[in-house]
Amino acid sequence: MPENHRTHSRGDGKYVIGRAADVPPGVRLLVNIEGREVGIFNVDGTYRAILNRCPHRGGELCKGDVLGLVESEYPGQVTLDDSKKFIVCPWHGWEFDMETGESWYDPAYNTDPARYPPARTFDVAIEHENAPERAPREFARPANAFYIDPHAHRLAGPYTAVTLPIEVEDDYLVVSLRRPRG
Amino acid sequence: MSLPLTAEHRRKVWDGSIVDVDVNIEVPGIEALFPYLEGVWIQHIREQQWPGPSTQYFYPSNMPSSVRDEWRTPDGQVAASSVGLVREHILDRLDVDYAILNCHFPVDGGPPDFSVALARAANDWLLNEWLSADSRLRASLILPGPNDPAAMAAEIDRAGPRPGFVQAFLPARSGKLYGKRLYWPVFEALERNDLVGGIHIGGGNDGLPPTSSGWPSWYVEEYVAEVQVFESQLISLLGEGTFQKFPRLRLAFLGSGFTWVPGWMWNLDRNWKGIRREVPWLKRRPFEVVRDHVRFCTAPMDGGSIAEELALTIKWLGSDDLLMYGTEYPRDHGDSLDLLIGSLIEDMRAKVMSENARDWYRLGSRGR
Repeated sequence: MPENHRTHSRGDGKYVIGRAADVPPGVRLLVNIEGREVGIFNVDGTYRAILNRCPHRGGELCKGDVLGLVESEYPGQVTLDDSKKFIVCPWHGWEFDMETGESWYDPAYNTDPARYPPARTFDVAIEHENAPERAPREFARPANAFYIDPHAHRLAGPYTAVTLPIEVEDDYLVVSLRRPRG
Repeated sequence: MSLPLTAEHRRKVWDGSIVDVDVNIEVPGIEALFPYLEGVWIQHIREQQWPGPSTQYFYPSNMPSSVRDEWRTPDGQVAASSVGLVREHILDRLDVDYAILNCHFPVDGGPPDFSVALARAANDWLLNEWLSADSRLRASLILPGPNDPAAMAAEIDRAGPRPGFVQAFLPARSGKLYGKRLYWPVFEALERNDLVGGIHIGGGNDGLPPTSSGWPSWYVEEYVAEVQVFESQLISLLGEGTFQKFPRLRLAFLGSGFTWVPGWMWNLDRNWKGIRREVPWLKRRPFEVVRDHVRFCTAPMDGGSIAEELALTIKWLGSDDLLMYGTEYPRDHGDSLDLLIGSLIEDMRAKVMSENARDWYRLGSRGR
């Protein structure tokens, strides 16, 4: 993975990463946006942008394996759902849903709320409005710690990795650091 | 050495109900089983002048830990080998509502048909000479094997439905870890018969050492090292998905102690977070699965002597339901009833001394 790939600021809170064609399926880049390391992934044709920092202990999350969802009801019966992708932190193996950033290893069910505070998700991680020289500020809101994924029947864990909106404009990959309106 | 367990002492320390989940009894001699053995095996035993399976190796009779002073017999009778002794020492003296008999009769080696015949005979002997003699007694089935799961399951199906059997004795030292799939027929049979699997000190007749690195030199090493077999069995059962395969399975760890449980489970819980994908059937924290499927006998208490410290360990179990009181008659592990009661918060006392066992073994219900 090329590190500190240079990005170009469009001045509207969006950053041009490079040509989409240079990031084919299975490839990932590590880019630097306003001092933040962000991993850019092409997961089976879908682009994902995730902050390169594991919310658990700060490991370089984007250097971990990208794995499909392994599920089982009982030993001997195991399925792999390749349509759901998780990034696995290389430090402690925590899994994060690449779409939502939600950690999934640790069931919120029946755990001690004193030790495991409710999960937090970030609307958009970084505010970039008019102070490029200032350190970006993060906005957090509590998420529903007991949310159950209706597809995978798994329970949300206590952490959320920061995912960023990424889209293709005119064949170029563009990552947004703007807060969504509303 | 411990203070004698007297009737007065028991009432002074704990005035409530007691269920004793680990009363170890002995076959007094192989001749005791002759009424229950086929002729071919009696001839075999006589011809070979074979004294029968022995627990001497686990419990050398003169070791203080093997038999408490007040439970030794003056006339040289094998300790814990008759209903009269158990009645006097446990049922009456301690005013026990139920006592679960565990006969550590090591038939897990030798010729396979002989192992089956001995297990059947021992279970019939338990039924006729113990369970029929006192309504407070319940018992664990003795199983052949344990390297013959089909024979184990067959004996569970044969003798398990008989009144008084609430558990099957699974020797802790088995040829393979109990999580291995070759034991699935055994757990299937336990579920089918609504019996508890009691993983108890025992096994090793096939020469299995108590440690994975072979035989220690001295008895004290073996005595203390024995716990690692239980630790490995628990991890195996969890990792292999036994409780997901058999969601109604209930196990009891007997003679394993429990002070090791929180540390092992913390370690497994922590590592499971990172390698959960390897064992995807394990969807919940392993310690939570343990709380649903496993109970632990209070004996031995591993030498703890300060109630506050033991209380902390018990708190770390994270549940009031996991411990079941057991004297581990006739052994002397230095366990003290005062210490146990002193280390339990008030709300837990009735549970540990009686209710948890009643619940786990379904005592007093459906003819049990």
